[in-house]
Amino acid sequence: MATVIRSETHPDVSEYGEVNRDVLSLLGKPGRSYYILLAIVLVVLAIGAFAWFTQVVLGIGMSGLITPVSWGAYITTFVFWVGIAHSGTLISAVLFLFRARWRQSIYRAAEAMTVFAVMTAGLFPIIHLGRPWVFYYLLPYPSQRQIWPNFRSPLLWDVFAVGTYLTVSATFFLLGMIPDIAAARDGTTVPWRKKLYTVMSFGWRGTANEWRHFSKAYLYLAALATPLVLSVHSVVSWDFAMSIVPGWHTTIFAPYFVAGAIFSGLAMVITIIVPIRKIFKLEAYFTPRHFDAMAKMVLVTGMVVFYAYLTEFFMAWYSFETPEREIFVWRLTGDYWWATWIMLTCNGIIPMLLWSRKVRVSIPALFTITIFVNIGMWFERFVIIVTSLAHEYEPWQWRNYQPSWVEMAIVAGSFAWFAMWFLLFLRVLPAVSIAELKEVLPAPLRRHGRAGVAESHGRIGPAEGK
Amino acid sequence: MSAVSSQGTLGVYDALDSTTATIERLRAAGMKRITVFSPLPSHELEHALHAGESPVRMFTLVGALTGAATGFAFPTWASMDWPLVTGGKPIISGPAWVIIAFELTILFGALSTVAGLFINARLPQRRVMQVYDPSFSSDRFGILVMPPSGREAEVRDIMRDNGAAEIREQVQEVKVGDL
Repeated sequence: MATVIRSETHPDVSEYGEVNRDVLSLLGKPGRSYYILLAIVLVVLAIGAFAWFTQVVLGIGMSGLITPVSWGAYITTFVFWVGIAHSGTLISAVLFLFRARWRQSIYRAAEAMTVFAVMTAGLFPIIHLGRPWVFYYLLPYPSQRQIWPNFRSPLLWDVFAVGTYLTVSATFFLLGMIPDIAAARDGTTVPWRKKLYTVMSFGWRGTANEWRHFSKAYLYLAALATPLVLSVHSVVSWDFAMSIVPGWHTTIFAPYFVAGAIFSGLAMVITIIVPIRKIFKLEAYFTPRHFDAMAKMVLVTGMVVFYAYLTEFFMAWYSFETPEREIFVWRLTGDYWWATWIMLTCNGIIPMLLWSRKVRVSIPALFTITIFVNIGMWFERFVIIVTSLAHEYEPWQWRNYQPSWVEMAIVAGSFAWFAMWFLLFLRVLPAVSIAELKEVLPAPLRRHGRAGVAESHGRIGPAEGK
Repeated sequence: MSAVSSQGTLGVYDALDSTTATIERLRAAGMKRITVFSPLPSHELEHALHAGESPVRMFTLVGALTGAATGFAFPTWASMDWPLVTGGKPIISGPAWVIIAFELTILFGALSTVAGLFINARLPQRRVMQVYDPSFSSDRFGILVMPPSGREAEVRDIMRDNGAAEIREQVQEVKVGDL
């Protein structure tokens, strides 16, 4: 053959069968490091579960929550995880609609992250309830006195938004995986896997008719998920912005939260993919090109977030509202100055390193930066929630808040809960999309004279120098 | 698991262009009921099959509109059920309902899209005896035809001439998960 046609995004993967072998090999025997990691995760989860048990038995007083700071680490962590969830849908749905060609290898892991992050986030409003067993009070049903919940309350909007998000992102995730689970079903000989994959693939055979409807269904789900991404974090932001607490009551909150969510979620995708790529030797699928593209998006959303920080300060000054000005000065210089400066440094200043292409394609540098972003984004929510509440309304009732050991253990446990689901996912389901990767590989052709078939939809072309 | 043999002829292909060429030849020969298997969605195959627009979009639209209507109707009805003024707002607070309607539009739209896929693609089908080969989820394409009696040889020739890697006649039907 005179020329070998290579994929532009995955030059080291040459044929369809190789994708199946590589991706399905992830489901084989895990190494020792996997079990060690899983054990650590389970220990941390057990500590978190014990802390929650303590709080359920002894009461919400086990947390550090006090008047007026009745929202603390739990709500901070709730917002954090909802934010993390966002980029999964973003990478999946928005980049799908925009036909971004670097999406294929990373989107499955990102979608899984979304589902698990929403599952984690959903726990926190319930943990935050002093009596978690009455969580169903949240649901829109008439209580024993025939009173419905208040549909004007952002907290009820949250129930609709987060509930819809969990349902739709899980549907999108599981539906998008059907052809790949069918591939796993056909590739495995382990009896329990065969059974599981047979059920989860719904008898998929990959007929042209199935694909035709599948592609359309996927397209419409992506089109529905995109506005959903924007709406969910907007609704979460209105939990704050609809109140009149200084530092919360601004119209900038919705776009500011959405940008922050995408920023933190993208950073988390990088944080997760770097070790997966290393442990499972997936260098051919996660190339520097992918990291470069993601890093650029982190940079852009990071700048939007930083701009929003500055706008908040500007608005406080320009409004001439004393309480509003006071709260922003206090954030910078008051008792929680360290949290504010962690937020500004991690989210505003450190990501500026991504202007350099050298940094964007350096995996260790990128990994470190995204860890800082994750920390910074947790502190962003902490600053918004705690500083505003600690200086809420009348000065005589101002009090500072300290998370208790119970809260810290539960927050740590939430990371373990998330990691546990992710680790199990890596062993059980195909973590890279098999069918979609094939779409960016050159189609197998009998005659190279007819390569026009593959090039006709503009996806595949010969790479130079190969 | 017992296998049932069908009347169909299955051509297995390694290349996309041979598959599309065969489909076109079979169609030109007047063959109906051509089932094509492929490891990925392909515009070339859809084009060769002259597949129409998928009706899934109607499911999405109807689901989304139902969701929007529910999102306005349900809080209105529930608020009228026990009119209780909160925050000095009207009992029927349109702007607040928009948010609920927005979320339900997406929720109902997404769920009915899934229903649309399952109904139109005839899924789930895991208990039915069907023609299948596990390589269709990996790297091979397949064409299944039910040739009218007496034209089996013609189908075989078209498949062979257009580069089938393998041709199976009286192909066995199986339960998909048993392979």
